[in-house]
Amino acid sequence: MAKTLKINGKTETVDAAPGTPLLWVLRDHLKMTGTKFGCGIAQCGACTVHIDGTPTRSCVLPHDSLEGSEITTIEGVEGDAANLIRQVWVENDVPQCGYCQSGQIMAATALLAENSDPTDADIDAAMSGNICRCATYMSIRRAIKTAASRA
Amino acid sequence: MFLRNMGIIPGKAPTGSDKGGPRSTTNLSRRSFVAGSGLFVVGVTLAGCSNYVEPDIDANAFDLPNPGDSPLTQVAGGDASPALWIAIDEDGAVKITCHRSEMGQQVWTSMAQIVADELEADWDRVEIVQAEGHERYGDQNTDGSRSVRYNFHRLRVAGAAMRKMLTDAAALYWGMDPSECSAAEGLVSNSQNSDTLSYGNLAELAARLPVPAEDDISLKKPGEWRFINKEIPSLTIPLITRGQGTFGIDVDRPDMVYAVVARPPQVFGRVGRVDDAAALAVPGVLQTVRLRDAKPPALFQPMGGIAVIARDTWAAIQGRNALDVQWIDGPNAGYDSISFAEAMKRTARRPGTVRRERGNVRAGIARAAQVVEAEYYAPHLSQSPMEPPSATAHWTDDKLECWACVQDPQTTRQTLADLLEIDKENITVNATWLGGAFGRKSKPDFVVEAALIAKEVGKPVKVTWTREDEVRHGFYHSASAQRLEAGLDADGKCTSYLHRTVFPPIASTFADGMATPTDGEMGLGATDVPFAMPNLRVESGDAKGHLRIGWLRSVANIYHAFAVQSFAAELAHAAGRDQKDYLLELIGGARTFDPGEEGATYPNYDASIEDYPIETGRLSNVVEKAAEMARWGRDLPSGHGLGIAVHRSFLSYIATVIEVSVSPEGMLAIPGIWLAVDAGTVVNPRHARAQMEGGTIYGLSNALYGEITARKGAVVQDNFPSWRVLRMGEAPRDFEVTIVQSNTRPAGIGEPATPPAAPALTNAIFNATGHRIRTLPIIGATGSRLKLPETQTA
Ligand code: FES
Ligand code: FES
Repeated sequence: MAKTLKINGKTETVDAAPGTPLLWVLRDHLKMTGTKFGCGIAQCGACTVHIDGTPTRSCVLPHDSLEGSEITTIEGVEGDAANLIRQVWVENDVPQCGYCQSGQIMAATALLAENSDPTDADIDAAMSGNICRCATYMSIRRAIKTAASRA
Repeated sequence: MFLRNMGIIPGKAPTGSDKGGPRSTTNLSRRSFVAGSGLFVVGVTLAGCSNYVEPDIDANAFDLPNPGDSPLTQVAGGDASPALWIAIDEDGAVKITCHRSEMGQQVWTSMAQIVADELEADWDRVEIVQAEGHERYGDQNTDGSRSVRYNFHRLRVAGAAMRKMLTDAAALYWGMDPSECSAAEGLVSNSQNSDTLSYGNLAELAARLPVPAEDDISLKKPGEWRFINKEIPSLTIPLITRGQGTFGIDVDRPDMVYAVVARPPQVFGRVGRVDDAAALAVPGVLQTVRLRDAKPPALFQPMGGIAVIARDTWAAIQGRNALDVQWIDGPNAGYDSISFAEAMKRTARRPGTVRRERGNVRAGIARAAQVVEAEYYAPHLSQSPMEPPSATAHWTDDKLECWACVQDPQTTRQTLADLLEIDKENITVNATWLGGAFGRKSKPDFVVEAALIAKEVGKPVKVTWTREDEVRHGFYHSASAQRLEAGLDADGKCTSYLHRTVFPPIASTFADGMATPTDGEMGLGATDVPFAMPNLRVESGDAKGHLRIGWLRSVANIYHAFAVQSFAAELAHAAGRDQKDYLLELIGGARTFDPGEEGATYPNYDASIEDYPIETGRLSNVVEKAAEMARWGRDLPSGHGLGIAVHRSFLSYIATVIEVSVSPEGMLAIPGIWLAVDAGTVVNPRHARAQMEGGTIYGLSNALYGEITARKGAVVQDNFPSWRVLRMGEAPRDFEVTIVQSNTRPAGIGEPATPPAAPALTNAIFNATGHRIRTLPIIGATGSRLKLPETQTA
């Protein structure tokens, strides 16, 4: 049965099987491929989106539980924290292959929006759910600190 | 795009705006009319020359002879014809073809830096066109850390040749001698007046001029470089931060359907009875396709099984879960990696095949005042790039087009031709961006799978590997057992050194039953050992492969550097000496050597030993640098230790110092890492530093947690909890990189930071705790702390 979802401020109607995770609705039905698949079991963070502003793993989130929620993806995340994170990511050339980085940016944006001066421990806590096999961890930490110094 | 329109660019132009592959997305303004001038102009009027309006060049006004063939098809490194690499639009956009795969090493940026520097392009107008797989580009295998090394010279020649053609065109237009014209930042100027002509305006005329011979081209001197050896920002990252750019898994084609495959648990297992009724009943599932069983040798063929096709990936996964398949055991059903490890260790205790020899090791050890022996074991590993393998295939009649995250689109094309038995000319392979690769994506089995399934389905099909598929059905880094023995004299000086290494070779994937380590693998850290003692012998022992064995970032260097650099520290300890000082003594004085002179067959990473000699002075230099950076020898808090390791691989020299802290409960942390690298000429120091960090952490992740095991021939691990990788909280607090400034030939960057990481870490743990780790992983998938023997304290 078709469901109506609010994604990046736009209303989208999708017709996927009940229980289909939001990740695959975004990627396969709506062709919004910025949100990535890495593990499918909430272990890597590649699929992170914001649900009502909270970073959430879309690979284990049934899309049909989300009617009425504000869904934000890498393609649509805006605002001061997102702009600042994008800016420091580009300035510092944080990504390598980039595949994990949609999730990293969604997680870092949520962290910065909550906490404008995160400590190393805060960064570890907020970001340890996001695996990067290229190991951009040190760059991410440096960039979040740069962003915080400007926030 | 003049050059393409004139038919001298053989590359296929990007096709529309569909998601067929990566390309830059700059919106270009076309020819613009400058109000008031009465002229169509290209480009902009120059600041400070307010009255000058660039005239529009009409190439047809020149009656030019046929320019003839390019004389640059066979320069060192391959074809350097500008038309192969560069297209300049009338509006000045400079389109540079990148024939290597972008997987995070920033090859788009580095290839563009090389071309654009000699071309004197305006960097803001540079765009990348990703090449399809085709022989015309020469080697496209983005593997072995050699994109810059293979292409540095010829891409410079291509850029410089194009620059000369543009300046020649300007000279022709102005009626001047070419020596009066010069190019900079996308404009040609002259010494007679202040007029300029822009590249976009000159492109068509330039394209009708003959390509200069290599002797008539002058390359810039290093001091004149504008982009090479500069920290030029990445061309891909601005796209990445918006979720743009197309990875293999992101490809979309009209009418496409989605597939996942249930594969036999063991290599060469087969499909028995199948009941797909429940799978077909899953909403969204369209059909199943039975793939042909795989037969030895593995090569790059798919492993067979049952594909489930659905209207989205999730439905395909649910359908696969509902499949009822009886698997038939194959020849590897008896493989148990734990007992096989014991068998390899036993082999390592017996004399092996001599692969390099100097002096007489047995006699030397017999005479020694002290004999040191150690055995090391390192397990199978999985590459596990964040983007699992994924490929899309589409047949149109007898023509096949594929889009995939492949490291080598040419091998992919050839493999498709071989396994599908169709003419290569009917196959197009488009390389997308790669969400990491680390060697996994140099094996195109997943593209063949997509092609086989799409043929049955009759529509474009995207095959996605789940993480479980990637971890269970990979081409694994080889497990290895090694034994080292050394004799020290009464002063603690090492006089004799024996290294015996046993591992299933990668060749076992390509020839059934191949069990002898190859010269290539032996040359990755075993036969090229740089030590100077009078007696030295390197041996190998055979081991059969029971999983598909394949390349993983830095390959056999990983286990060889782990054993050799650990053993160097063990010898220092036995001699009562400092690790770093003893390591320098083992390396000995500055010299070059060729392992071939001591009986080794040594490929030297496909480079000639004259062009890229093994230089021990460069090894010692990075050891000293890294030690200095880490302030080696400083007082450390209790429970802390510094460890050092050095290794030459991919023709680069890297030393790594790691500081660890170990709590009395065995909790391990890494406060700092200091790395010095000498990779010759470095095209982009910023991105090279990123590879040093990434390559090191990749090695540490493997050393701390990485272990693939097999039971009854099937891989036990399946996803990130059981196949554990390093996370943010475990990353070092401090990571400093020093790049040795050098104008010598460029060497590898993507892989060589990985080998010294593990031994630097275990050497540091030894210095912190007195506990020597000889078996990897150090902590494992489920552990949280070091297992310290009770008798050993700091
Ligand atoms: S794909 Fe969702 S957490 Fe990994
Ligand atoms: S940038 Fe490649 S996985 Fe994170």
